[in-house]
Amino acid sequence: MIDQMRRAYAIAKKDVRIYYLKGPVIIFGVLSPAFLFLAFMIGRDLPIDFLLAGLLGMTIFFTSTSVAPVIAPTETQTRNLERLAAAPISVTTILFGDVLASVLFGIAISLVPILLGMALGVTIMHPFILALGIVLAAFCFSAMGLIFSSAPTSMTSTVMMLSMMVKFPLVFISGIFIPVQELPSWGQALASLSPLTYITDLCRYSFQGAGYYPVMVDIGALLVFLAVFMVIAIKLHERSLPKRL
Amino acid sequence: MKNVIEVKELTKHYNGLTAVDHINFEVEEGEVFGFLGPNGAGKTTTVRMLTGVIKPSSGSVSVMGFDLGRHPIRAKETMGVVPELSNAYTELSAWNNLQFTAELYGVPKREAKSRAEELLTKFDLYDRKDHKVKTFSKGMKQKLVTAMSLMNDPDILFLDEPTSGLDVRSARLIKEMVRELRDTGKTIFLTTHYMDEASQLCNRVAIINHGQIAAIDAPEKLKVRIGGLQYVEVSFTAPVDVSDLRAMAGIAGVRMSGDKIQLYTDEPDRTIRGLVDYSRSFNLEIVTLNTLTPTLEDVFVKLTEEE
Repeated sequence: MIDQMRRAYAIAKKDVRIYYLKGPVIIFGVLSPAFLFLAFMIGRDLPIDFLLAGLLGMTIFFTSTSVAPVIAPTETQTRNLERLAAAPISVTTILFGDVLASVLFGIAISLVPILLGMALGVTIMHPFILALGIVLAAFCFSAMGLIFSSAPTSMTSTVMMLSMMVKFPLVFISGIFIPVQELPSWGQALASLSPLTYITDLCRYSFQGAGYYPVMVDIGALLVFLAVFMVIAIKLHERSLPKRL
Repeated sequence: MKNVIEVKELTKHYNGLTAVDHINFEVEEGEVFGFLGPNGAGKTTTVRMLTGVIKPSSGSVSVMGFDLGRHPIRAKETMGVVPELSNAYTELSAWNNLQFTAELYGVPKREAKSRAEELLTKFDLYDRKDHKVKTFSKGMKQKLVTAMSLMNDPDILFLDEPTSGLDVRSARLIKEMVRELRDTGKTIFLTTHYMDEASQLCNRVAIINHGQIAAIDAPEKLKVRIGGLQYVEVSFTAPVDVSDLRAMAGIAGVRMSGDKIQLYTDEPDRTIRGLVDYSRSFNLEIVTLNTLTPTLEDVFVKLTEEE
């Protein structure tokens, strides 16, 4: 078990060296949320701490889901996947390595809006809750990215297209631009199905002192989503790996 | 000698087709075992099952006493694998590729460092150790992938077409390495299209065709086993009518090989005399005249054609 964790860490280091600066990661992980946020913010008079919470939630979401969908198809195309499949590691170890690389990317980039907010005078009322939320959400969204990357293809663009088809609608139902309490009841029901809702809510709690759900519900929901995404990702990758060799 | 690989009733179905069909064989410790077969015969599928890359539909593989189905991690730790196409990470340097491999196989750091230096020196890549692999030639990539497969000091090395497309010098280096590893007691499972290579390096070869094992034996024994394929190879100073040669007594078949004519016969002495008479009667000069026994290629062609 410890051996496998060490090997997952080796995979994460490799991912960091190779994939962080790949075009699709920068475009879909950094630029997309930034422009989406600017499009929403410009011309509207909204409190900065409300905006910052939404931006932070969206940043973690986009960055953490952007790394894994690049790794799997690229390694299928370059045949590196066969090397990993022949190595003494399980599919779960490979996926944990990829998740770890995504998580670190998500956390690192999420510091940008936090520092931006602090520079603009926003205070963090619950820093530990915020830190816990960011880490949990980064794991949760990285596992979600793994689900997208299980598509048996060597085309990064195909995986990215699939992931954007899911990610964009989620942004609009997760209380980022409109608080959950202001949504109609069907909208609130939809929002409760999105993991992005809970990290945005945690961010609001951390910056504004109040959220829609109790903190423990947010944390519990992120943990449940993480477990569900990870189990689904492992099953899907075990099934699709032979097709990608 | 103990068996280090045991394959029992190994089968793989793909979309209703049987790629590998209930094959059985063993590989002994310290031998170089050649695995030959035409394209699409099931070679790569078999190697992928033996290296734990894909799971068989049925049957079992045991490597160094570990059942690959039940203990894949332990079994894979005893292997080194060189796939047909280079799969080093081109964005990483040669050094980082070797260290990454060492980490995947749980090689301690200090050991990994000294082994990487030793292998890079041996494969003449030390000066390029910090260069990204994408700047390497095909031969350099193949040498690096071979070095990566040796980072865990494996008991068994799987080599899939290790010299395919390499220049003469690189191919010779890899073949020399196979001999050296064999001398140190390592077991080598070699897949190759080059019959000369298999004949020179392998203690035994298996020929697979249509997913089934057509023959397994030492190369020389296989040549004897198929028999009846001795031939006399001749070339003349001027073109000749092949049908005249075909009509000679004791000739089983005639084949052209460049400017040479190969006459298949059970009676080489009688054929040689006939050729000398023929050249005299047509006032031709014989340029080359050789009596040849069947090659592994002949065995391969005969067995795969019959199947």
